[in-house]
Amino acid sequence: MPQPCSIRSAIAVEGVSFRYRSDQSGQSGRAWTVDAVSFAAEPGEILGIVGPNGSGKSSLLKLLAGLLRPALGAIQVAGQSIDRLEPRALAKMVAVVPQEFTQAFPFTVAETVLMGRFPRRRQGWWNLGMGDESADDLLVAHRAMVDTDVVAFADRLVTDLSGGERQRVMLARALAQESTVLLLDEPMAFLDINHQIDLCGLIRRLNRERALTVVIVSHDLNVASQLCDRLVMLKEGQVFQVGTPAETIREEVLQMVYGCEVVVDAHPHSGLPRVTMPSVSSRV
Amino acid sequence: MANSHATPSHLQAPGGAMSVSGQTAQTVQADWHRTGAMLTRRRWSLVLTGLLLASAAVILLSSQVGAVSVSLADAFAALGHLLTTGSLDASSLETSSVIFLHVRLPRVLMGFLVGSALAAVGVTLQALLRNPLADPYVLGVSSGAALGAAIAMLLGIGATVLLLPLLPLFGFIGGLCALALIYRLAQSQGRLPIHSLLLAGVILNAILTALIMFITSIMEPNRSAGLIAWLMGSLMAPGYPTLGVIAIYVLFVSAVLIHKAQVLNVLTQGEETARSLGIDTERVKKQLYVLTALITGAVVSVSGMMGFVGMVVPHAVRMMIGSDHRLLLPASALVGGMFLVVSDTIARTMFAPAEIPVGIVTALAGGPFFLYLLLWRKDRMI
Repeated sequence: MPQPCSIRSAIAVEGVSFRYRSDQSGQSGRAWTVDAVSFAAEPGEILGIVGPNGSGKSSLLKLLAGLLRPALGAIQVAGQSIDRLEPRALAKMVAVVPQEFTQAFPFTVAETVLMGRFPRRRQGWWNLGMGDESADDLLVAHRAMVDTDVVAFADRLVTDLSGGERQRVMLARALAQESTVLLLDEPMAFLDINHQIDLCGLIRRLNRERALTVVIVSHDLNVASQLCDRLVMLKEGQVFQVGTPAETIREEVLQMVYGCEVVVDAHPHSGLPRVTMPSVSSRV
Repeated sequence: MANSHATPSHLQAPGGAMSVSGQTAQTVQADWHRTGAMLTRRRWSLVLTGLLLASAAVILLSSQVGAVSVSLADAFAALGHLLTTGSLDASSLETSSVIFLHVRLPRVLMGFLVGSALAAVGVTLQALLRNPLADPYVLGVSSGAALGAAIAMLLGIGATVLLLPLLPLFGFIGGLCALALIYRLAQSQGRLPIHSLLLAGVILNAILTALIMFITSIMEPNRSAGLIAWLMGSLMAPGYPTLGVIAIYVLFVSAVLIHKAQVLNVLTQGEETARSLGIDTERVKKQLYVLTALITGAVVSVSGMMGFVGMVVPHAVRMMIGSDHRLLLPASALVGGMFLVVSDTIARTMFAPAEIPVGIVTALAGGPFFLYLLLWRKDRMI
């Protein structure tokens, strides 16, 4: 059911459908990977996209980032349609933290974070490519590194860092873009619990301090429950339900979406829904 | 929080981050310059000035060495003559000054241009394919350019000075076709895995070499001998018009590539990241492929196939000065020029008076390095 898209929405998705070209399967009439999806993220909110494997979460995030083009429907960022925006203009409004870190050559942490300034840089012919970073570039990058706590290893190579540290560097690079919307693809996927806690706290803090709109894809319902204001629950490419964690993370909803029984109770501290496996012995 | 610096309000650190409040752009930059965390204009100028001086020294010294040794005084006399009269007519000069001006200097300068171009192409292809083993020779771009140039020679184009710019053009078309083909062959699901890239390069090289051999076999014997010597990679003393044409190609393309250095930096972060940072990757990739094919075509048409210069030099330079293309690209070009000039000096003096093709020297120096990278540094290469 398409929601009315208010001009205020930080990011609005209206009836978006997408499918990959059937390059390997060869079967015609493949189902949509993302099927008539509509929702909106309001400014300053943390919106989670959740759902089972293959429900189209990551594809949807790539559509929001402008990395994939919808076959049908439209995506607007702050009221502007993203296919009409220049790549640089879009990069000033939307920053992406990818799931995997790929860097072909060793760059230092500072160099990597400064690349986040690329969409805001102007470069002339006269300086032989060696445009010094502006004072603004340096301060914004430094600030992003302080916020993500990577300033201590500014001079280290990113390839030498641990998974959690790299994740923070990528977040710093995205923050350096000074965008209003931040998209995160499975940011906790490869992290241990201590790093997950740190990163959740950091995302929450950045969201509050910078009034960032955050859209986060997560397969981990407990992380999504603790971190997100609202969740978009996907099933087979379609929106199954949109609502607060308390509205969406319920046993009967999860039964229908995931097709299995789970136990949902309240988290002892936050009171937010908590998902656990039913005891294995009871299933035998 | 009191902050006397001219910090924009949105940058003011909130409570949790006391350490930023005292930082200005100057202190951040000074800090990162000191620890080597980022490239600063100062380091950029220091490295490039040093390399420029070294290049001048290598060019001058290499021009002295050879079957007839030219003294520094004679070399300066020739240069002085050139500068004061502005003419290449050297009839009033000593024999060794004439040798310097008309044999050694053009050859050494050509070697420098070819080496610079190959290193710059190597850097660009490596960033573009996100692979440190990319090199015009390994990928078959040089073979494609060589085939194009060989066809031009078969047709008799480029035999005259007036048609000279056409020979690089044929090389360019050949190189571009090879590059387009390798890209299509190696790509799977939007990625360019290293093994398929190298395999596609090997196969393409084999096919192109067979075609070049076919051309040499149907040529008259006296012309095919020259073609074979050229294919192995050799620098002959070119006339100044040839040198000028190649210099224009190389300088123009290098300037554009250096201008694109920041884009190359961002491209190494992965295609999706580059796009999310505001780069129109499809357009940039096309531009860069055309530029690399253009410059490869130009240098291959005058020097044949020089193995591994485009891979070894950028790799060694990257180890020493880091990956930032704003410095890596011009520094590699200068080091590539010096590398080829030194290799050529070895090629023409080691078995003097006989000369060996310089391509043999570069391949023998670069090939083992390539193997070392492939065998022992796999972890760094995906």
